[in-house]
Amino acid sequence: MTTLVIAEHNTVKLNDATAKTVTAATKIGADVHVLVVGSGVDAVAEAASKIDGVAKVIVADDAIYAHPLAENLAALVVGMAGSYDAIVSPATTIGKNFMPRVAALLDVAQISEIQGVVSADTFERPIYAGNAVQTVKSKDAKKVITVRTTAFAAAGQGGSAAIEKVAAGDQPGLSEWVSENLTKSDRPELTSAKIIISGGRGMQSGDNFHMLDSIADKLGAAVGASRAAVDAGFVPNDYQVGQTGKVVAPELYIAVGISGAIQHLAGMKDSKVIVAINKDEEAPIFQVADFGLVADLFTAVPELDAELGKLGL
Amino acid sequence: MKVIVPIKRVVDYNVKIRVKSDQTGVDLANVKMSMNPFDEIAIEEAVRLKEAGKITEVIAVSIGAAQATETIRTALAMGADRGILVKTDEMVEPINVAKILKAIIDAEKPDLAILGKQAIDDDCNQTGQMLAALLGWPQGTFASKVEFDGDKLLLTREIDGGLQTLKLNMPAVITTDLRLNEPRYASLPNIMKAKKKPIDEKTPEDYGVTIKTHLEVLKVTEPPVRSAGIKVESVEQLVAKLKEAGVIG
Repeated sequence: MTTLVIAEHNTVKLNDATAKTVTAATKIGADVHVLVVGSGVDAVAEAASKIDGVAKVIVADDAIYAHPLAENLAALVVGMAGSYDAIVSPATTIGKNFMPRVAALLDVAQISEIQGVVSADTFERPIYAGNAVQTVKSKDAKKVITVRTTAFAAAGQGGSAAIEKVAAGDQPGLSEWVSENLTKSDRPELTSAKIIISGGRGMQSGDNFHMLDSIADKLGAAVGASRAAVDAGFVPNDYQVGQTGKVVAPELYIAVGISGAIQHLAGMKDSKVIVAINKDEEAPIFQVADFGLVADLFTAVPELDAELGKLGL
Repeated sequence: MKVIVPIKRVVDYNVKIRVKSDQTGVDLANVKMSMNPFDEIAIEEAVRLKEAGKITEVIAVSIGAAQATETIRTALAMGADRGILVKTDEMVEPINVAKILKAIIDAEKPDLAILGKQAIDDDCNQTGQMLAALLGWPQGTFASKVEFDGDKLLLTREIDGGLQTLKLNMPAVITTDLRLNEPRYASLPNIMKAKKKPIDEKTPEDYGVTIKTHLEVLKVTEPPVRSAGIKVESVEQLVAKLKEAGVIG
């Protein structure tokens, strides 16, 4: 029994979604190999080899993998699938894109976004935007699984797995990468941040979101937003926390001017400590908040900023 | 040029679902059902491509119980030309849906398939990618913009860090994300017209597909409930509580 984990990275750095996925893979109970696919990814492979519990790192380093096209990734992984009982990837936009393609080519089901491993063939996964949890048993000999990484702690460091190179797989030539427009930020990424401060429609404008920046800088936090704030055009889409955006589970989540629509709660309700600041005391966000402050955000946010300043943050 | 748009009948997104007490599933009795919102976006995109003269026919396909006919009628009222209902009372997993859709596509030979990126009931996010794999077509998932570039597609998609643009050969599979468009409401005259549009009724067997169960649902449970905490009176108190909880400073 061996499990193959597909590493998530941006060519230079291994994303910590990988170490979390390794934790899920370890629970399935077999040896864990990590596959790093990319172009010029020695540093990523090195980092993957240090994850606890990884028996081997396999590297497919080729110019055709400079951008992760689903068609190319699936062809490579399917070619390697013979040696594995389970193929596991984080449920990032890359994993969600190519993994069902792998499953279909292997003629098996995909088990999407597992949040728990009951046994080697039985898994828990959220349905209805997390409003119910389904326990499913796979009848397939080979399992194709994506992992909701917020549900698993990152595997530790200290491993020293061997690194092995493999040749590139087929390049079906069906699609090509044209360009990317990534939001640049010095702050931590939403999905890995320990603290997140998010704004909702109550922020009233994109300019007002800058009020959150100063607090985010003091706390080393990422800045997020509700779908309402994104739809209103206050901030770009990649700020979105929620069922249709990013699912996060930081140590501290501060929701500012967010009413708490089901779709937003689905994306953040597993945070350890939730703070809500909203002037409407009936707002549903208060039903999940550990600490609720009924106040006008336009006075509370500058006050919070000042209080944190007093702590020397 | 034809487009196929598969659509799914799901619990309306405004309904607060209830898990059955025997843990066999979610209670669907007397619950409002609607077209999956991502599929509405798919229909809208196909109809807009037709209105722009890029394509000539939009075929809406649904796989499910007889009531899925209503969902197809909604698509026809939005502007789809005809419908296909593949009738089955079984639960059809995405891999089986993809096989049925592949068989329909082999028969209909469309140039594009546009699907919602995921259904809001099982949240699988698989069918479009699986269909593309079975057909050997390229896939443009989570699309926020679709343009034609000669005989290829320029497709902008939502990825974790922002946006990505791909060039896809045709035929291709597209799956829709929220920002692709805002679906229209069907007008009364169009709802009336939709009643006259044809819907073919088929079965999975007609397409030579045997539905195989890959996953057995052992139980469906409520998620752990998060209990509401306390209200604080001031920002000062809030900061003190957060320090106490050890999450700041």
